[in-house]
Amino acid sequence: MNLWGNAREGSNVQIQLEPARPPIEDVSTAAVSVAGVSRAYRERGGMRVQALADISLHAATHELLAVVGPSGCGKTTLLELICRLQAPDAGSIECAPAALMPQHDLLLPWLSAVDNAALALRIARVPRTRARARAMELFAELGLKGFEQAGTHQLSGGMRQRVAFVRTLLSGKELLCLDEPFGALDAITRAEMHAWLVDALRREPRTVVLVTHDVEEAIVLADRVAVLSPRPGRVVGELEVGLERPRSRTDPQVVALRERALMALGRESGR
Amino acid sequence: MMRRVLNALPAVALLMLLLGAWEVYVDVGSVDRLVLPAPHEVGAALWNNAGVLASNLRPTAEEVVLGIMLALASGFALAVAIHLSPVLRRAVYPLAVGSQAVPIAVIAALLIFWWGFGILPKLAVITLICFFPVLVTTVDGLAAVDPEQLKLLRTLDASRWQAFRFAELPAALPAAISGARIALTVAVIGAYIAESQTATTGAYAGLGHEIDADLTALQTPRAYAAAVVLFVFAIACFYTLALAERRLAPWAHRSRGEVR
Repeated sequence: MNLWGNAREGSNVQIQLEPARPPIEDVSTAAVSVAGVSRAYRERGGMRVQALADISLHAATHELLAVVGPSGCGKTTLLELICRLQAPDAGSIECAPAALMPQHDLLLPWLSAVDNAALALRIARVPRTRARARAMELFAELGLKGFEQAGTHQLSGGMRQRVAFVRTLLSGKELLCLDEPFGALDAITRAEMHAWLVDALRREPRTVVLVTHDVEEAIVLADRVAVLSPRPGRVVGELEVGLERPRSRTDPQVVALRERALMALGRESGR
Repeated sequence: MMRRVLNALPAVALLMLLLGAWEVYVDVGSVDRLVLPAPHEVGAALWNNAGVLASNLRPTAEEVVLGIMLALASGFALAVAIHLSPVLRRAVYPLAVGSQAVPIAVIAALLIFWWGFGILPKLAVITLICFFPVLVTTVDGLAAVDPEQLKLLRTLDASRWQAFRFAELPAALPAAISGARIALTVAVIGAYIAESQTATTGAYAGLGHEIDADLTALQTPRAYAAAVVLFVFAIACFYTLALAERRLAPWAHRSRGEVR
């Protein structure tokens, strides 16, 4: 893996290896358009694995697109493509530079909570005190007040995810890629985090691509849900959620949409 | 304070037990006292030669402390270079391994030719012996950084240098100090080898030199007394480094379990 080999320093370039299909609609500031993207990689044994096959997705500016699929359907690969950590074998991706929030919070244990959150600012060479001040504003706004100076080991799992999310926000990118951010949390904390995320995005609107294997999480959070098949990942269903937020898991409309998404998933995995 | 005393109790008890066994072995056994003096004789030699031994500890301690610092710096720098450049890794790593097999006696004359009779050739010997554990632990520490961490930093627009500074360098620091702690035990032996292999001038030439001279002069108790001083010195250095590691990298000592 050579992440810095042919660095395209965060510019707004588009990766295009094949003649692109015409963009679906606006490719304005923070929209994401994934058109006909395929990606295969070689496993250690030399086996060729097709992670994604001819996948097309779209998220408008400040929309939250959830991508649901069974484990190993290439969801993480999709996010790495959007974040330009990999290039697609075919197809095109048009989007603003994206910040990644990985599955594990990956907070640095040698930095305090607020310094972890301010990491992107420090990387952008913002002076330490100003970087901290900006992170602290968000801490206060997003319910992390009082934990600024805490060491990462003093934070609960939910707290760590919040700090990781603030770190992603402070990257200044209009597009956030969240990779199963709440997968490691218990059910109660996860529900709290859902409410928190909805509130955080209301205050700080961003375009979000959220990858999850939890259908309910997708319906509760997203404007649109794309359902992927098992590997190689293809879009097998797309649902417009269009319900008012905050949404309840027990809301009949949420339950109905969840059933539809599960049906789309089940049909594909042959259950 | 009380707890510290209690913590040291097992080590003291074990030491007493070993000393007792040694005393009994010498008293009832047929071993020549010129080969193995009894602990009480070593203790007496220690007491009677305290001044000589202290004066000899000084140069040896200087060699060991400076040598470890040089080994830490050179091992760390080499590890970083190897980590960042696969070509350097292939070029340097086998040579670094091989360097550990070169008997010092072979190059002792060369070292004296280059640097004379002072501290430099001794530092060279100790650094040569000690940089290797630092190199290996640091290379492993650098390689143990989660690749996902680097991807994350990449999406936050970190340059290669910033990824190194924010993620890899702090991760490698406790690894390097651990390497130095391993190196420390061989550093003391290294100092002995350096002092016996490279010539020395001056009245107090170090504990290694003292040991050699005493064994030749059949002053075995004093040789053992010098060895005891080295023994205590090594323990003191080891715990000083452990303390430094706790200060410099406190995160490496916290329990990994997160409060949930």
